[in-house]
Amino acid sequence: MAKITLDKIRHSYSAELMRAGDWALKEMDVTWSDGGAYALLGPSGCGKTTLLNIISGLLIPTEGRVLFDDVDVTDLPSDQRHIAQVFQFPVVYDTMTVYDNLAFPLRNRGMPADKIRERVHEIAQMLDLQGSLKRRASGLTADGKQKISLGRGLVRPDVNVIMFDEPLTVIDPHLKWLLRSKLKELHQQVGATMIYVTHDQTEALTFADKVVVMHEGVVVQIGTPVELFERPNHTFVGHFIGSPGMNLLACDLREGKPTIDGHPLEVSAPFTPPDTGVQLQIGIRPEFVKLSREGLAVDIVKVNDVGRYRIVEARYQRQAIKLVVPEDEAIPADRAHILFDPAHTHLYADHWILT
Amino acid sequence: MSNKTINNRAWWLVTPVVLLVAFNALIPLMTVVNYSVQETFGDNVFFWEGVRWFEEVLHSERFHASLLRQLSFTGIILLIEIPLGVAIALTMPKKGVWVSVCLVLMALPLLIPWNVVGAMWNIFALPEIGLLGKMINGLGIDYNFTRQPLAAWFTTILMDVWHWTSLVTLLAYAGLCSIPEAYYQAARIDGASRWAVFRFIQLPKMKRVLTIAILLRFMDSFMIYTEPFVLTGGGPGNSTTFLSIDLVKIALGQFDLGPAAAMSLIYFLIILVLSWIFYTLMMRNEEQ
Repeated sequence: MAKITLDKIRHSYSAELMRAGDWALKEMDVTWSDGGAYALLGPSGCGKTTLLNIISGLLIPTEGRVLFDDVDVTDLPSDQRHIAQVFQFPVVYDTMTVYDNLAFPLRNRGMPADKIRERVHEIAQMLDLQGSLKRRASGLTADGKQKISLGRGLVRPDVNVIMFDEPLTVIDPHLKWLLRSKLKELHQQVGATMIYVTHDQTEALTFADKVVVMHEGVVVQIGTPVELFERPNHTFVGHFIGSPGMNLLACDLREGKPTIDGHPLEVSAPFTPPDTGVQLQIGIRPEFVKLSREGLAVDIVKVNDVGRYRIVEARYQRQAIKLVVPEDEAIPADRAHILFDPAHTHLYADHWILT
Repeated sequence: MSNKTINNRAWWLVTPVVLLVAFNALIPLMTVVNYSVQETFGDNVFFWEGVRWFEEVLHSERFHASLLRQLSFTGIILLIEIPLGVAIALTMPKKGVWVSVCLVLMALPLLIPWNVVGAMWNIFALPEIGLLGKMINGLGIDYNFTRQPLAAWFTTILMDVWHWTSLVTLLAYAGLCSIPEAYYQAARIDGASRWAVFRFIQLPKMKRVLTIAILLRFMDSFMIYTEPFVLTGGGPGNSTTFLSIDLVKIALGQFDLGPAAAMSLIYFLIILVLSWIFYTLMMRNEEQ
């Protein structure tokens, strides 16, 4: 078990890209506490896999250090880091049986045969694989194979961190949910730190205690699902998480107050006014926008009924605003007024939160 | 199951293919079958001989000797070319400018016509004027492939290895390139040794292409004619007379068309059976 610290990590895939200032990962300091269930969330190409491979030792960062419990492991090869990784596409050793697959990492580390047998059976039990131990691994279905790749990690008693790189990509939808709850259960049973890379917010929010959101090579926020929802640090988190995402409206300051076209707005807390010239935006989730008799006058564009509530698309001049409206509430046909809940109205300067 | 329409007119659609196959394979093959069961003295006069030629060929020591030479030759070149081809493929770069350089260099020998290869190696290995022959003799080893059977074998095998190892390399390389990076990463995390990576990842993933490589090299080397014919002419004596060289000697040298026809059919059946055995052995575990 170990705490993982990424100390001023930066990475670029080539010297030319580096000179151009094109970093796959921009400088970051991140700490992963021991035994946590983390999700690493972000769109494709934001650097999630790069970050994962740096932790697992498959990549050596251009700059910075990786610490496991304050021991520098930056140059240590993967097999000595006590980590396990499950890849997007299941990796099994085709010619071996399921048993041999699970025993493989232990045999490579010279564990005695009777210990191996005990350990493999224990893990097979956890993963419901006892029935197929004697079968050839190549004959299993995708979810079975993915369980084997996971099992090869779990089987090692010394594993600190298990990393998952979009492990459910090739799994049938009806099995995804099962496998995900299995992972959650295993996390409680095993107690190892787990880092789960995904671009799917549902996967991230259901699996993790803490979600690390990445955007263009930067960690923009680390927080619990509730924190990410209620107080996004960055406009990217606002619109990437939530369905629909956060509303962002251009605004300016008048007498120290954010205003939209002269409509003053209350925000969640007092703030220090930023320098002039930065881009100011009001951010508010559709769940906290209410229809009202007064307030901002908007045009209703479209109403989507999604079951227990409706999503109303409205327009204030050129800017789109979405509202979540309960089923039983009446929606005006074309013109309406809306109010923002001040406790959940945030102000962003150049995409980063002010308050 | 049983509600399929039965309409025999569909057979007409198959006729063109049947005709094509008949004209380019069955009819030529049938003329060989014709010769193999009859005796002819020219003038289109034939006498029925039954299976006599087959019995004669199967009991002839000459046939046994060339079959044995053929099997040894094919066995030796397979034992050299397959591991060597795989080994070269393993050392080839996976990306970068050197990939194309390596591929072109490897493909070059494959582009040279058989008789040119034979002629090249003939001159190359001549003890008096050939670079290779002169050099070996210069090292104090008495080497003359036109007189010594062992030297003739050595030269023939070296020539075949030079000519055809590339084919195995290219196929193996294609197999290696299709292995996703995640397999190597997983193996690193599992603490696998270099040998384990080869044994449990690379070799199983190359299995299909290697099956093709072995079959191609087997069939091709079993039918080899031009290169040894140009290099040694089957000599010295009969020491490098492989099946096809012997067949041509019987058919066109001695004009014994009956025995030659019987021999070609037996030859064809041997290749067919051995290919089937190879394929079945290598694909044995696929269905499990």
